[in-house]
Amino acid sequence: MNLRRDVFQAIADPTRRAILLLVASQSMTAGAIAANFDTARPTVSKHLQILTECELLKQEQQGREVYYHLNPKSIKEIADFIEPFRNLWDNRFNKLESVMKKYKPKK
Amino acid sequence: MERKTKIQAEPNKQELVITREFDLPVELLFKAHAEPQLVEQWMSTKVLKLEGRKHGSWQYETSDPNGNVMLRMNGTFHEFIPNQKIIRTFEMENIPFDVQLEFFEFETLTEDTSKLTMHLIYRSQTLRDQMLQMPFAQGLNMAHNRLEEVVHKLK
Repeated sequence: MNLRRDVFQAIADPTRRAILLLVASQSMTAGAIAANFDTARPTVSKHLQILTECELLKQEQQGREVYYHLNPKSIKEIADFIEPFRNLWDNRFNKLESVMKKYKPKK
Repeated sequence: MERKTKIQAEPNKQELVITREFDLPVELLFKAHAEPQLVEQWMSTKVLKLEGRKHGSWQYETSDPNGNVMLRMNGTFHEFIPNQKIIRTFEMENIPFDVQLEFFEFETLTEDTSKLTMHLIYRSQTLRDQMLQMPFAQGLNMAHNRLEEVVHKLK
């Protein structure tokens, strides 16, 4: 439960969300990530630290460089959090659609 | 065409946006929200009251298979414009959740398709997150009690 809260805190920030989108396609070094933002480098480092601490990002050592990549498990956790609620409405709306399709001829 | 329900729940906000496109003309989509017998079918609830007009009120009730009332919900309409818009409040009775404000917008996409946008506003972000978790919590309970049947009926 604590982790979940942290994860949501982490994605509350627009820059951090942008970072997640960036590394979604490929793993990147801190420098390469920072190059995409006007924000000062230490600020980006701080964001990376937060994202890593709550396990949204994983660090991987490749030679002398540290690469950041998405942790699919945590991302899935965010998706799972909303999914039952989405599913509930999706089922209701599917039903609405089929109920109203049957209703159609009476129009 | 894919017609999936989308939920937009931005972190740090006390609101929620649910969107869905329907293979239905907007008139039928609206009717499904305005006619008590139709609401009962797709919401799997009993409609005690549905006064579709400004300052009108509504009250729904869901029961378990034995007829025991599980949940009663009510609210007031602030706007009820056919094929366009519903603004209402939503409150669950005997559950310590504050009332929420709901904006439903009905849009024509084509002659035979339409879109519903539900904008739900909660008193706090915490409350919104708790609401999001409710079906999740229900899912957990399912294994332990007879709620499963009810939830099945809800589907």
